[in-house]
Amino acid sequence: METLSFRLSAPTRAGGTRMQAIVGVVASGNLEVLLERAAPADSCMIDITTAAHGFGAVWDAVVRDFVARRPAGGLRISINDGGARPDTVALRLAQGVRKIEEPER
Amino acid sequence: MIAATANTDSLSWYEASARQRIDALVDPGSFAEFIGPEQREMSPHLSIFDLPEQFDDGIVVGRGRLEGSPVLVAAQEGRFMGGAFGEVHGAKLTGLLRAARALQQDVLILFDTGGVRLQEANAGELAIAEIMRAVIEARRAGANVIGLIGGRAGCYGGGSLIAGTCSRLIVSEQGRISVSGPEVIETNKGIEEFDSRDRALVWRTMGGKHRYLIGGADTFVDDEALAFRQAAMDALKVTRGCGVAVLEAEQTRLERRLQRFGAARDAVEIWQALGIDTSTDIPALPTDAFLAAANNRENADDAR
Repeated sequence: METLSFRLSAPTRAGGTRMQAIVGVVASGNLEVLLERAAPADSCMIDITTAAHGFGAVWDAVVRDFVARRPAGGLRISINDGGARPDTVALRLAQGVRKIEEPER
Repeated sequence: MIAATANTDSLSWYEASARQRIDALVDPGSFAEFIGPEQREMSPHLSIFDLPEQFDDGIVVGRGRLEGSPVLVAAQEGRFMGGAFGEVHGAKLTGLLRAARALQQDVLILFDTGGVRLQEANAGELAIAEIMRAVIEARRAGANVIGLIGGRAGCYGGGSLIAGTCSRLIVSEQGRISVSGPEVIETNKGIEEFDSRDRALVWRTMGGKHRYLIGGADTFVDDEALAFRQAAMDALKVTRGCGVAVLEAEQTRLERRLQRFGAARDAVEIWQALGIDTSTDIPALPTDAFLAAANNRENADDAR
């Protein structure tokens, strides 16, 4: 397994009030994304454990794009990856910030 | 207290994730998870094999309400390592069942498993034994333990043994229940015995319809979360004990079943012996017609 960590400044704070959200599943070509409200509102921490070695540059591009486009400020994001493609990763990250915005029941 | 409101969204049980199944099963907003993913209680074994872990180790446990009544719920995630039991995965279910005994609360187990995780085989096998004991102890204390089976991994291996200890089983056509899976039988006994690539053979031997017909499951439902919810509510209305009389009735039932069908070479022969005129049509029948045809099925009503 390879681990990667990113500490990024995030222009937009994550919406909603939920303390955490989880999306996805660890399977071949898939990943799970756990989002927790645990970082300063202007930053986003992303920790990745991946089965696919040597793709640090691709992860770097995907998470920077995510933080620039989506409201990710204040989130600590933890990823268990089963070798997902970059588009799947981007989709799960987008689902995650949407889910943590959902009203609490 | 908020009145029990039914979930109205249509959801395929087979396609849904463990968390989606729970959300659709219990009263909306009533579920509270124990040892959630944020606690990162993961397998201590998988990293040795350089395998990816999942934050909940492939099982979601917690409490919720069904028609307003408290229930304990466990749901396996069949897409993570085939829903297989490992040390932590098993311990979460054992703990839930021990809580059921202490609280005398009913339990719903949403099976979706290929059995024991090979990478943590000893811990997984021990977990199966502990869970079976905990199911019986919960039932002895007066709790119902209901199994719901309709996931993509089916209910195989140790999972099927646990299912055998439950007070009721609810199954859909897509649900499969068997100790040995198709590939295992073929590997050990040869392709003449069982061709695992013959999907029709797999479904008519292990699938929900056949299990319902021979009394291996108690309720047959459509592949719909709402149908599973309704069946679970119905199953919880009757409390069944777990004493010597029940076990003796179960032994008698199984002996009678073996005597009746032991010589059959194929499920279709069993269906014929059950007096089903259209036995070769069984796999294609829609639920209503199937339930009508299944009128003379073997059932386990006195034995579970």
